[in-house]
Amino acid sequence: MLNRIMKAQRLMDAACLRLGRPINVMEVCGTHTVSIFRNGIRPTLPEGLKLLSGPGCPVCVTDQGFIDVVLELAEREDCIIATYGDMVRVPGKSGSLETKHEADVRVVLSSEDAMTLAERHPDKTVVFVAVGFETTTPATAVAVGEAAKRDLKNFCVLSGHKLVIPAMRALLSDKNNQIDAFLCPGHVSVIIGSDAYIPIVEEFGRPCVVAGFEPMQVIEGIAEICRQVANDAPEVVSIYEGVVSREGNKTAQALMDTYFEPYDGFWRGLGRIPGGTLRLKEAYEQFDAMRRFGIEEIPAEEPQGCRCGEVLCGLAQPMECGMFETRCTPDTPVGPCMVSSEGACAAWYKYGRRRRRNG
Amino acid sequence: MCLAVPARIVELEDDRAAVDAMGNRWKCRTTLTPGVQLGDIVLIHAGFAIATIEEVEAQKTWQLIAEFDAFQKEQEKGSEVD
Repeated sequence: MLNRIMKAQRLMDAACLRLGRPINVMEVCGTHTVSIFRNGIRPTLPEGLKLLSGPGCPVCVTDQGFIDVVLELAEREDCIIATYGDMVRVPGKSGSLETKHEADVRVVLSSEDAMTLAERHPDKTVVFVAVGFETTTPATAVAVGEAAKRDLKNFCVLSGHKLVIPAMRALLSDKNNQIDAFLCPGHVSVIIGSDAYIPIVEEFGRPCVVAGFEPMQVIEGIAEICRQVANDAPEVVSIYEGVVSREGNKTAQALMDTYFEPYDGFWRGLGRIPGGTLRLKEAYEQFDAMRRFGIEEIPAEEPQGCRCGEVLCGLAQPMECGMFETRCTPDTPVGPCMVSSEGACAAWYKYGRRRRRNG
Repeated sequence: MCLAVPARIVELEDDRAAVDAMGNRWKCRTTLTPGVQLGDIVLIHAGFAIATIEEVEAQKTWQLIAEFDAFQKEQEKGSEVD
């Protein structure tokens, strides 16, 4: 183990030396962000290596306009809102689902739970607020397929599902971006396969390394990135063998393709991303909450002073925000990066505090 | 949110399974991983198995989860002292 760590350190040092400037590695996935903090990886990295937390927390990248739509639907007496737990506390224009005491909001653990709710409450319409990247979308696809089969009329989906590759492309297309390489999300890659990153390497010449979440995997993933940077040889490499294949989960991909289509939806902090959000195909429009209720998502301004947008693009660190730890804390979150436990701000708040206090 | 947890399939009927990880048992669907068998270790996310994985990889994640859990408890203890 020590040998592996020392080898990784050597690769990192070599890359820092070759570049002659700090290397910025973006960890796309919120789970990597948390793993890096929890395992104390940050202080062990060479000074010239900077980790940027990317837009990999689904709650964090959900535009406030989408939250406002959820809150609008929650006010309807004929609706039950079913959603994954993290969404409940995200503030919109007027409060959050948590503060809408009159609303019927149910936290579910799977899309199937949402369907079961619909079957149990035939007098109400269950709106499944579906967020998440490719890891989560197939589960929603299965639910829509089964709802269609069972002709479940009181079930619909408000899709905020996002795609990782268009977001990476959007980040690199911004001329101010400071990203030298990506540490790619482990479990999104289980679905999309590591080959999905080839176009990013070909188009932008940035290393894309898929790694697991165990500390040694994260360190070796960063080391592999450094090896590529030092040799100026960007490529897609997966060091998450035995879990991530090159082609991914074909069944899940086919299901997503059957029920969803990409469109240019809004992301918090990143704006409208071409082909970055998924909505249900027209053939399944009866299950699309937006179409069913005739509502439109209007992109919202970020709360004044909130820098979540810049944090998500790797342009600012959480503590550079004036509200961090003062007005914005996990108990009183202003921006979404403080709401989700996987958000960069929440992770810095929780795990970075002790270190800052001590030094 | 995109963290999937490995668990072993201990019951299987069509695409409905009961799985076990570190002594915790729960239900999941195997719709996305056709061909799985009793005893296989799968990665589970949002109630669905998304891949079959090797036991050695599962062990790493289980260990990591146990460490996270211990760390969490230690942090909580730490904040009480603060």
